[in-house]
Amino acid sequence: MTWEIVIGLEIHVQLATRSKLFSGAAVGAGAEPNSQACPVDLGLPGVLPVLNLEAVRMAVMLGLAVGGRIAHRSIFARKNYFYPDLPKGYQISQYEQPIIQGGSLEFELPEGGTQRLRLLRIHMEEDAGKSVHEGLGDCSGVDLNRAGTPLLEVVSQPELRSPAAAAAFLQKLHTLVRGLGISHASMEQGGFRCDANLSVRRRGDEHLGVRSETKNLNSFRFVERALEYEAMRHIEALEAGGRLQQETRLYDSARHETRPMRGKEEAEDYRYFPDPDLPPLEISPEFIEKVRRTLPELPEAHAARLEQQYQLDAASAAALIRKQGAADYFEETVQAAGGHARQCLYWMRGELYAALKRGRLDLQSSPVSPAHLGGLVRRIADQSISGKLAKEIFSKMWESREDPDKIIQGRSLERLSDPGKLREIIAEVLRENPRQLKQYQDGKSKLLTWFTGRVLAKTKGRADPNLAGKLLQQALRAQDGNAEP
Amino acid sequence: MQGVLETARLLEQGDASSEELTLDCLRRARSHGRRLNCYISLAEEEAVLEQARASDQRRARGAGTPLTGVPLAHKDIFCTRDLPTSCASRMLEGYRSPIEATVVRRLREAGMICVGKTNMDEFAMGSSNENSYFGPVANPWDPERVPGGSSGGSAAAVAARLVPAATGTDTGGSIRQPAALCGVTGLKPTYGRVSRHGIVAFASSLDQAGPLGRSAEDAALLLHAMAGPDPLDSTTDPRPVQDYPAALAAGKERLQGLRIGLPRQFLDERLDARVGELIQESARLLEQQGAVLREVELTHQDLAVAAYCVIAAAECSSNLARFDGVRYGYRCEEPRDLSELYLRSRTEGFGAEVKRRVITGTHVLSAGYQEAYYLQALKVRRLIRDEFLQTLEETDLLLGPTSPTAAFRRGEKIADPVNMYLSDVYTVGCNLAGLPAVSVPAGFTGGLPVGMQLIGPPFSEGLLLQVAHRYQELSDWHLQHPPEPPPGEPGQAGGTPP
Repeated sequence: MTWEIVIGLEIHVQLATRSKLFSGAAVGAGAEPNSQACPVDLGLPGVLPVLNLEAVRMAVMLGLAVGGRIAHRSIFARKNYFYPDLPKGYQISQYEQPIIQGGSLEFELPEGGTQRLRLLRIHMEEDAGKSVHEGLGDCSGVDLNRAGTPLLEVVSQPELRSPAAAAAFLQKLHTLVRGLGISHASMEQGGFRCDANLSVRRRGDEHLGVRSETKNLNSFRFVERALEYEAMRHIEALEAGGRLQQETRLYDSARHETRPMRGKEEAEDYRYFPDPDLPPLEISPEFIEKVRRTLPELPEAHAARLEQQYQLDAASAAALIRKQGAADYFEETVQAAGGHARQCLYWMRGELYAALKRGRLDLQSSPVSPAHLGGLVRRIADQSISGKLAKEIFSKMWESREDPDKIIQGRSLERLSDPGKLREIIAEVLRENPRQLKQYQDGKSKLLTWFTGRVLAKTKGRADPNLAGKLLQQALRAQDGNAEP
Repeated sequence: MQGVLETARLLEQGDASSEELTLDCLRRARSHGRRLNCYISLAEEEAVLEQARASDQRRARGAGTPLTGVPLAHKDIFCTRDLPTSCASRMLEGYRSPIEATVVRRLREAGMICVGKTNMDEFAMGSSNENSYFGPVANPWDPERVPGGSSGGSAAAVAARLVPAATGTDTGGSIRQPAALCGVTGLKPTYGRVSRHGIVAFASSLDQAGPLGRSAEDAALLLHAMAGPDPLDSTTDPRPVQDYPAALAAGKERLQGLRIGLPRQFLDERLDARVGELIQESARLLEQQGAVLREVELTHQDLAVAAYCVIAAAECSSNLARFDGVRYGYRCEEPRDLSELYLRSRTEGFGAEVKRRVITGTHVLSAGYQEAYYLQALKVRRLIRDEFLQTLEETDLLLGPTSPTAAFRRGEKIADPVNMYLSDVYTVGCNLAGLPAVSVPAGFTGGLPVGMQLIGPPFSEGLLLQVAHRYQELSDWHLQHPPEPPPGEPGQAGGTPP
């Protein structure tokens, strides 16, 4: 392979603010078209933008999380172009002085090892509305509910070297923004969108090749597949002696191919200039410190702590961080169980995840709470119940949402570990099976396990198997004595 | 029709009711106002008289304020809920706004009654009021001449005694120049003093709203009600508003030792000689009252119009992009595709001057030209502002003409845009620097009024009004009014002559 792939990403992260970036209208998908658009979002004559400080706070959070430089003064600029879903004829964005510059994010490479991808910048901007072409006959419609929704655009350096690495980085960023609580980052609903720039060059070449930008990548898998397609397209073209042109392409997931975007005959001139309606955004060191204190534990640090505190392997800790809410669930379960972290993890990943999957539920809506699962693990650990019985109790907990201790007591499922009681049962078993007893006494010592099984069966599994085994041996020895007086 | 202060006195003393005065304003608007073409739309009579009666009752209960029941008119650039907001453009003909401008709301809450929306240059672009889709406005002093622009309808209506006062906006002189050409008092506040919320934007970094009235006292009353921070406009300044009317009385003392700068570049050979004489006489009058005159230099002044043209056009090209025929306003008939919808709606919906500025603005912001024009103009703007501020540290205020000539003839400059832009040569600097300035009547030339401009440091509206008021105590130029239309003309329904 003589070719090197060079990839840079631009990711739009929709912020989870209640209202829009420059108006008081509510943010949210699924409402009646144009029902969440106020005069500011509609671009009516005379309206002015007023900046939503909650969005600024969230931008600063991400900036701190990636170690970027928070600009003490940043500028909102107008990006001018005409399109029906752009009501003002310009998008308010940031151009020359973005709120965050630099920063980086380390992620695990699929082939092993890690990469720290440097970021160029993160800037704030408003989203456009949507054009609607279906269901309106020969007309097109415009839905401006999304217009003005706050976005952060994260721009990476072109330092990714494979489509799989690009997907892995995206996963990492996705986990981060959700962990920070600044975005729902729903890819299906466009809350986390990615445009990918790709070029190829001969290995060792210092100059970047001609790049293409691919849009419409709304899943991690599509990002990877689209980039694989693009890389092949570039390489094939160059190997055939052809030339590439800089262009914007759309990914078609159904056909698994990219196509040039229509109507893009020339490069747009957006005529950026500072928005005179918005004074420069000034952020004080005090504000940054205040945000820093509210910063939740960052995923990397969080995973490292889980690994150390609960003696988990790195992969398990990382998996807990990746799944939304899993780390919190795990930690609460361990607390309720009074330790036994590995048992807790075993039960979460086994019974709980299987049940959630069957019920198509997520952790947040699990009928079994961390406190209850922890309680169950506590009973297993102190040997009140057996593992087999625990599964039965888990099912009851799932159905009834009840405390495991209550279930155990209510159904007298508690482990039978009273030696007196067990001796009676053992005596009964020996009485009922004289043939097997004879065989044992004749030297067929394997039958000890068989007798243990009978005892457990008689107690419906409640007998403590260790104790039962010990008492059984004692009883058998005593029987020996009786036989040969 | 009296000015604001006298009208308020009549109402206070029970010598007139708001209902009578409001009706009088409507009648004048329909008769003389129609001849001058001052208004684009008038309030619905029953609805507005109902408001007037309500304010009469409020006054009777003793719950009135000085402005309760006083009629006024708004420039048709302010969004109003009761009346359409057209900006004198075919693009917005009949447009009904769901929002109300902060200025409109504050004056309404202060008790004023809006009788109509005044004519203007389309989207406030012009200096002669010839750029209106609804036709030009005539100067009440000579119907063959222009009233100035862009707030020409407001200035003409106040000058012709159709209404006690009116609002205007000033991006490069659009309050002060028509005030000068019509012989009324007009004030452009410091940038950020008055909210721009609900004002259809022309050039956002230059636009300011202000009052046009018969005197500094009237302007002070209106400005006091209009000004102040507004959460809906992030460019408004947080500092509290001075009580301008209360401060006026101190004008006499303020003049003692007041340093007044006379910018040499405002008074050179390019200025009409008679206008220059009147300005010098006015300055000497203030000197006799204790002011200290000194000549000052504004060396960057010659660049002001050019910088203004570039910046205003750049911002307007972006601000007017929303008029695309998609959501509201004019839409062309049967466009073949999206591109034609945009092209024809804008070509047919905008007038020539608006298109000229949109095209200019698009050009100066374009890749490859932005540096040479837009960024260069921003540098010039900074130089001009710094020089003004520097000069205003050595002096307390600046005095000069508002406009190089008195009102010119309709059609005289309309074919020569550059010559037209030069009408604003003395006014645009304040917009570029964000400074407050007031134009007050300072004499006549050939039967036409001449305006004197006073310019102060940021937030010196109180000082400007004090000096203007003192000047008006010593002169009677502002009391002159244009000839009344011949009595008994159709529609003239026996209003009380001033």
